[in-house]
Amino acid sequence: MTESKPNDYKSDVKPIWCPGCGDYAVLTALMRAFAQLGTPREMIAIASGIGCSSRFPAFLNTYGIHGIHGRALPLATGTKLGRPELTVVAVGGDGDGFSIGGGHIPHAARRNVDITYIVMDNSIYGMTKGQPSPTSPEGIVSKAAPYGSQERPLNPVLLALAYDTSFVARCFSGKLKEMVNVLVEALQHPGFSLIQVLSPCVTFYNTYEHYREITQPLPDAHDPGDRLAAMALAMETATQYLGVFYRDTSRPLYSQRFEEVQTRAPKATLEDIFKRMIV
Amino acid sequence: MQEDNPTIVIRVAGEGGEGTITLGDLLTRVAAYSGLEVYSFRTYPAEIRGGQVMYQTRLGLSRVMTEGDEANVLVAMNRQAWLDERGDLCQGAALIYEATVDIADDTHSHYPVPAEAIAQSLDWPIGKNFALLGALTWFFRFDPDTAETLVRQRMQRHAESLEKNLAAMQRGYAYARETYPEPFPFNLAAPGKPAERILLSGADAMALGALAAGCTFYAGYPITPATPLMESMARYLPAFDGTLVQVEDEIAAINMAIGASFAGRRAMTATSGPGLSLMVEGLGLASMAEIPLVVVNVQRAGPSTGLPTKTSQGDLFLALYGGHGDAPRFVLAPDSVKDCYFQTIYAFSLAERFQMPVIVLSDQAMAARMETTPLPGTPWNGPLERITPTAEELQGDYRRYAYTENGVSPMSHPGVPDGMYLAESLEHDEHGYPDQTPQTHQRMMQKRANKVEAARQMLADWRMTSRRWGDRDAPFGIMGWGSTRGAVREATQRLQSYGIPVEAIYPHTLLPMPDSAIADFISSKRAILVPELNFSGQFGRMIEHRYYHQLDELNVHIYQLKKEQGVPLKVREIVDAAVSMINNERQQWEAKHGEMARIFEVVAGLAHNTGGRRD
Repeated sequence: MTESKPNDYKSDVKPIWCPGCGDYAVLTALMRAFAQLGTPREMIAIASGIGCSSRFPAFLNTYGIHGIHGRALPLATGTKLGRPELTVVAVGGDGDGFSIGGGHIPHAARRNVDITYIVMDNSIYGMTKGQPSPTSPEGIVSKAAPYGSQERPLNPVLLALAYDTSFVARCFSGKLKEMVNVLVEALQHPGFSLIQVLSPCVTFYNTYEHYREITQPLPDAHDPGDRLAAMALAMETATQYLGVFYRDTSRPLYSQRFEEVQTRAPKATLEDIFKRMIV
Repeated sequence: MQEDNPTIVIRVAGEGGEGTITLGDLLTRVAAYSGLEVYSFRTYPAEIRGGQVMYQTRLGLSRVMTEGDEANVLVAMNRQAWLDERGDLCQGAALIYEATVDIADDTHSHYPVPAEAIAQSLDWPIGKNFALLGALTWFFRFDPDTAETLVRQRMQRHAESLEKNLAAMQRGYAYARETYPEPFPFNLAAPGKPAERILLSGADAMALGALAAGCTFYAGYPITPATPLMESMARYLPAFDGTLVQVEDEIAAINMAIGASFAGRRAMTATSGPGLSLMVEGLGLASMAEIPLVVVNVQRAGPSTGLPTKTSQGDLFLALYGGHGDAPRFVLAPDSVKDCYFQTIYAFSLAERFQMPVIVLSDQAMAARMETTPLPGTPWNGPLERITPTAEELQGDYRRYAYTENGVSPMSHPGVPDGMYLAESLEHDEHGYPDQTPQTHQRMMQKRANKVEAARQMLADWRMTSRRWGDRDAPFGIMGWGSTRGAVREATQRLQSYGIPVEAIYPHTLLPMPDSAIADFISSKRAILVPELNFSGQFGRMIEHRYYHQLDELNVHIYQLKKEQGVPLKVREIVDAAVSMINNERQQWEAKHGEMARIFEVVAGLAHNTGGRRD
């Protein structure tokens, strides 16, 4: 096998993102992770919904499906079940994932379908130019909320842990090397992994400085097998911890369960079934 | 009226929780296994338990086309059943009912059976329906061993209740045999060895059609009345190395199926009206990204939640036109249980060959119906395959959305080396990358629309894109779609027996319409009745709109029979509507010809007076 380089995964399409957008780091990190794992390009499928970060699949020369708003996870799940040997990655933003598509996360977690879900969380609707998102802080002022927003933000890591997602992590676009390591781990994780990437929007809600101040690696002593401890760390919002909060590799894969069912089901042909219906 | 095919219409009515549907279902099976042809219609209680339900089954010696209008035999589980159904019985009907029910009536023949007492005597109060099944087995002179075998089959997983139910059935049989030894007024001598037939439901027909077409992925959300199709797929799919996912909502269902199809599988989902409403955005994605997909819509009645357990054809416009931005698709309409099997296969053929979503319209009545039918043969064409890129195309500059003459571009799938592409919901160039220039948009819209025209041309050579029967030169026609076909078939037979020639046509592809067949039909007609089960007459409106110029030029009149009550069309309603159409035409004809006759007379008088003089 020839060694892969990150740029092998890059398409000719120039990203539409603003200069300085946090999503560039995610694109670089994912290409590096693929290269590190040596995943053949044709074995990768990237699924996304709608939003700035959802344009992601076009910038890779793997297989991709850029679908409709909020549906990255069902598209990714169908793709993975359709061809379990693929490496399937779902990507998108906080609006796509936690607002319009929020109903799909608990079910992807329940299924433990073997896909990697990267949420580029900028706490703002960037593509539609600056409306509050489900992770915006309460009181954020924008054109759609001139008197400040009235809702409290979701806590994506805590939610993912509550849903019993089998791999939960948080990264920051300002910490590229760490992100590559987490993505490599997530891609190798057997099951559903959700990675919240704090990925600032330089145009509508620039949080780089803020995140540099409040992020720090998870404590060395943290045991990623301890879900309750992970939840306690996720609940700390004044400090945003980075790294792998939780990992459970003991659960069977969704596609394996289907293989089991197929083995258990008595084989039959159409003729057999029709024969049983003869009166 | 003397029918060529004598039939018996049996209606079983009672509370949802007292085994009414089980009784109707088992009676239908016993009749089918006794060599009779059957055709059933069932209602579902809207509540889990309670609420009156009805199961109608019609038995015949040769192929039965509808569940029938008025009942010859009413099986009443309780008094409410009698009150509900007494207005819909034929003259001299037989009433079989629980003996404690007080039925004051002297126009029908009475056969009370103490089913409750029999059940009580076995300390098995829920065995009432089986006591009645035993009695019915005697009345129709079915073989009690056949009945027992079928009950055992059905209840094999409930060993304890099985023995109790069998005991109730035997006592019901014995009671009826002792009390009513004389021949029952409604009886069909079961034929000797009938031709090989199967007992098939509309839901099963679609599931088996999907399997025959190579479907290996199904995603669905439970919804009445589409759930039986999902349950059939759940039962059969694993045996065909297929995958079925019960998803969190219909939006997930359609997107998951799209994902699986993108990965190279033949994928489908099924739903009913409210679910189809939720899937509309997904249909647009499949159309735009050109991903094959089959969506079955088992229609139910009414807007919003409406009448979830009742039948209708009210989703035609949603299926044809629902969605933003002019996204092409196909719509198929099977017209019988057996046709459900074939049209599902053709749906996959169209989806795969043209890389587009295909909606197949069934309805509650057809999905829940059981029908004896000959074993379906192999489909005369297909299932067609997806067009994939050749090795040469992959080695070169592979363009997933390449412009081609018929609009179909070779489709790769993940896992194929050198076939990488982006399936894109944004307007895109030939490679799939976003491109929103005016030229590209117009050209890509044309490319996708070309596939519909290509399909129309291909289908013109196909059999089974429409069904046409009756008198070719008849001036009066009937045009319909979907599950009303059986009733229309019987109505045309009845009209013909009155001496009224009539011809009918049922297109099976509603998008694209088989225009040449329809145009040919219209050209020989003076007036056409369009009966359908919806409030606004959607199909009739579509026909008027689509064939406006031809109808106008030839002065062909469209008459609509619109029924939205949650129940199927009756044969009588169609016959009445046809007769009233013809009467109306007669009045117009007389008015016109009366005036012409008057002019002729004036002219004749003038000719006489002028003596043929020419100035």
